[in-house]
Amino acid sequence: MDVFLQQLVNGLVLGSVYALVALGYTMVYGILELINFAHGEITMMGAMVALAVIGALALAAPALPGVVIVGAGLALAIPVCMALGLLIERVAYRPLRNAPRLAPLITAIGVSIILQNVAMLIWGKQYIPFPAILPQGRHDVLGASITDVQLAILLLAVVIMAGLTLLVGKTRLGRAMRATAQSRQVASLMGVDVDRVIAATFVIGSALAAIAGVMVSAYYGLAHYYMGFLLGLKAFSAAVLGGIGNLAGAMLGGLLLGVIEALGAGYIGDLTGGFLGSHYQDVFAFFVLILVLVFRPSGLLGERLAERA
Amino acid sequence: MTRKLLRCALTTAAILLAAGCGQKSEPRDGTLAIRIGQVSPLTGPQAHLGRDNDNGARLAVDEINAQGLTLGGKPARIELRSEDDAADPKTATTVAQKLVDEGVVAVVGHLNSGATIPASKIYADAGIPQISPSATAIAYTAQGFRTAFRVMTNDAQQGSVLGRYAVQKLGARRVAIIDDRTAYGQGLADEVAKAVSAAGGEVVAREYTSDRATDFMAILTSIKAKSPDLVFFGGMDPQAAPMVKQLKQLGVNARFLGGDGVQTPKFVELAGAEAEGTIASNPGLPLDAMPGGAAFKSKFEAKYGKIQNYAPYAYDAVYVLVEAMRRAQSSEPAKVLAELPKTDYQGVTGRIRFDAKGDITGGAVTLYQVRDGKWVTLETVQSAQ
Repeated sequence: MDVFLQQLVNGLVLGSVYALVALGYTMVYGILELINFAHGEITMMGAMVALAVIGALALAAPALPGVVIVGAGLALAIPVCMALGLLIERVAYRPLRNAPRLAPLITAIGVSIILQNVAMLIWGKQYIPFPAILPQGRHDVLGASITDVQLAILLLAVVIMAGLTLLVGKTRLGRAMRATAQSRQVASLMGVDVDRVIAATFVIGSALAAIAGVMVSAYYGLAHYYMGFLLGLKAFSAAVLGGIGNLAGAMLGGLLLGVIEALGAGYIGDLTGGFLGSHYQDVFAFFVLILVLVFRPSGLLGERLAERA
Repeated sequence: MTRKLLRCALTTAAILLAAGCGQKSEPRDGTLAIRIGQVSPLTGPQAHLGRDNDNGARLAVDEINAQGLTLGGKPARIELRSEDDAADPKTATTVAQKLVDEGVVAVVGHLNSGATIPASKIYADAGIPQISPSATAIAYTAQGFRTAFRVMTNDAQQGSVLGRYAVQKLGARRVAIIDDRTAYGQGLADEVAKAVSAAGGEVVAREYTSDRATDFMAILTSIKAKSPDLVFFGGMDPQAAPMVKQLKQLGVNARFLGGDGVQTPKFVELAGAEAEGTIASNPGLPLDAMPGGAAFKSKFEAKYGKIQNYAPYAYDAVYVLVEAMRRAQSSEPAKVLAELPKTDYQGVTGRIRFDAKGDITGGAVTLYQVRDGKWVTLETVQSAQ
C-alpha cells in the first residue's frame, strides 16, 4: 500500500466536502461582505432532513436501491435547506443590511445557535445512524484504496463546482451576482434586482450545504445536531485560506485544507519522533492558515485586500 | 480530624435542634436510627440508572431492617436518605453537603465518576465513609482520601485486563492504540498499552483523536502501514462506530477492541454490519454470572421491576457498610471507617475486599463480542490488581 497516495485520497475526499461548504461562505461574503456563521448549521440541517427520509424509506421499502433512497433524501433536503437559507436571509440579515457590520455577524451566530437547538429538539442529542444501503465496494488504485462512496463524493463535488463556475461565469444570474459583488448601488442603478440576487445567492449556497451535509453523513455513517459547528469552522477557514470572496479560492482552499489535515495527522507523529502526535491534526491545519494569512493576508487567490474585515 | 468530627457533630446537633427535633436519633422505644445516604441521578437522562442504584440500596436496607440489627446491645434501624445529583458535579457537591449536614453516617454513591470525585472531598472532610457502586475513574481513589471506597472495578483494572486479554487470548502481537484524549479514554489506553507490553505484545502505533471527531482516515492509514493485528480504541461509541467503518474501508485486517465506552447498544446501531466481531469490555460482571445473581434478580424484580445495571453493586455496598458497623458494634463514622479496610464480604457480585486505596481487589471485567448484531458475553476475567 502506498501510504502517501492513500493519505492524498483521504485528504481530497475530506477537502472536497470542505470546498462545497466553503463555497457557501465565500459566495455570501463576496456579495454582502457578511460571514454567514449559520452556514455550517444549514449543512447539519441538510444531513438531518435527508437522514429522516432515508431512514424511513430504508425501513418502509428496503427493496429500493440505496442510491434511489439517498436521492430521495437529497430531493427533500435540498429544497428544505433552500427555503431555510431564504428565510434566514429575509429574517436575520436583510433588515440589518445597512446596519454596522458587527450586527449581522451577531445575528448569524444567533441563527446558528437557534438551528442547533431546533435540531436538538426535533432529533434529540444522540447520534443518528446512516443506514448501510449504499454500495460498499472498494477499489485499489495504484496501491491506495478508494470506496464507492468516496468516489461518488469526489465526482459529485467536481461536477457541482464546475456547474457553479459556469453559473456564475456564463449566465444572466451569474452576471448579476458579479455586478452586485462589485457594487450594490451601481448594480441596482443598472436595473439589477439586488434583493433577488442576494436571495438567490443564499439559496444556491444552502443547496450546496445540503448536498455536503448528506455527503458527510453518508461518508462517516452518522449525523448529529452538533456536526455543523466544526465542519462550518473548517470550511470557513478553507474559504479564508483560498481568499474569501473568490470561488476558485474556496475550492482550492477546501481541497488544500483537507490534504494538509490528512498528511499532517498521518505524518506528524513519525516526523517528530512521537513528540507531536496526531491530536495536533487541527493545529497543523490552522498553523498553515496562519502562515498564509501572515504572508498573503488576502488568501491564496484573493485579489484585493479585505478593506473592512 | 477529631475537631472536624466534633464540629460536624455540633452542626448536626444544631440543625436537629433547629428542625424542632423533628427527626430524633433515638425514638421512644430506644431504637437507634442510623442514616445512610444514597446519591445518584434521580432525574435527567440517567435517571433510570440512578433509580436502579436507589432501589438496590433500598432492597438491602429493607432486608437488614426486617432481620433486625443490634449495635452495642441496642436495636438499630437503618434509614436510607436518597438524594439526586442529576449526574452533575456541582449538584453532587451540594447534595453531599446536605447529607453531611443531615448527619448521615455513611454514603452509597455517587453513580458517575464525574459526580463521585468532587463529592468525595466533602465526605472526606466530614470523615464519613463513602462507597461508590459504579464510579470507575482512577482518580476517585487516587486522591488519598481514606473515606473513599468502591465495589466496582476501576479503569486501571479494566485496562490491564484488556491488554492482557488482547495478547494472551486473542493472540495479538502487533497492537495499535488510539485514544480520544479524554481523562477516561487516555487513562484506559495508557493501561492497555502497559499491559500489552507486559504480556509480551508490541505497541506498534499510538495515535490520538478527539471526542468530537468523525474522520479517522488519516490516522488509520498511518496505522495500516504498521500492519497491526489488533486496534484498541479508548473512547466512546460515537467515535468507535465511524472508526470501525473506516478500518473496513481502508481494508485494515485487524481485530477491533474497546472498553465500556464501546460496549453499548448504540455502537452496534451506529456501526451496523461493520460492528460484527468487535470485542469490548465492561467492568463488573453480568447478573447471571454473579454468585448471588439469580436470587437477587427474583427478589429485586418482585419489588421494583427490571434491573438496569448497578443495583446489585449498590445492594452490596449497603451490606459492606452494615457489616463494618456490626464488627465495630457502632454506627459512628470513625469506628466504621476503621473497620472498612478489613472487609472480606461475600456479596451478590462476588467476594469484596479493599486494597490500601479503597479499590476492590481482583475486580471483575467482562468481555463481550458483537455477533449477529448483538453483544454476546465471552467471559469474565478477574483483574490481577
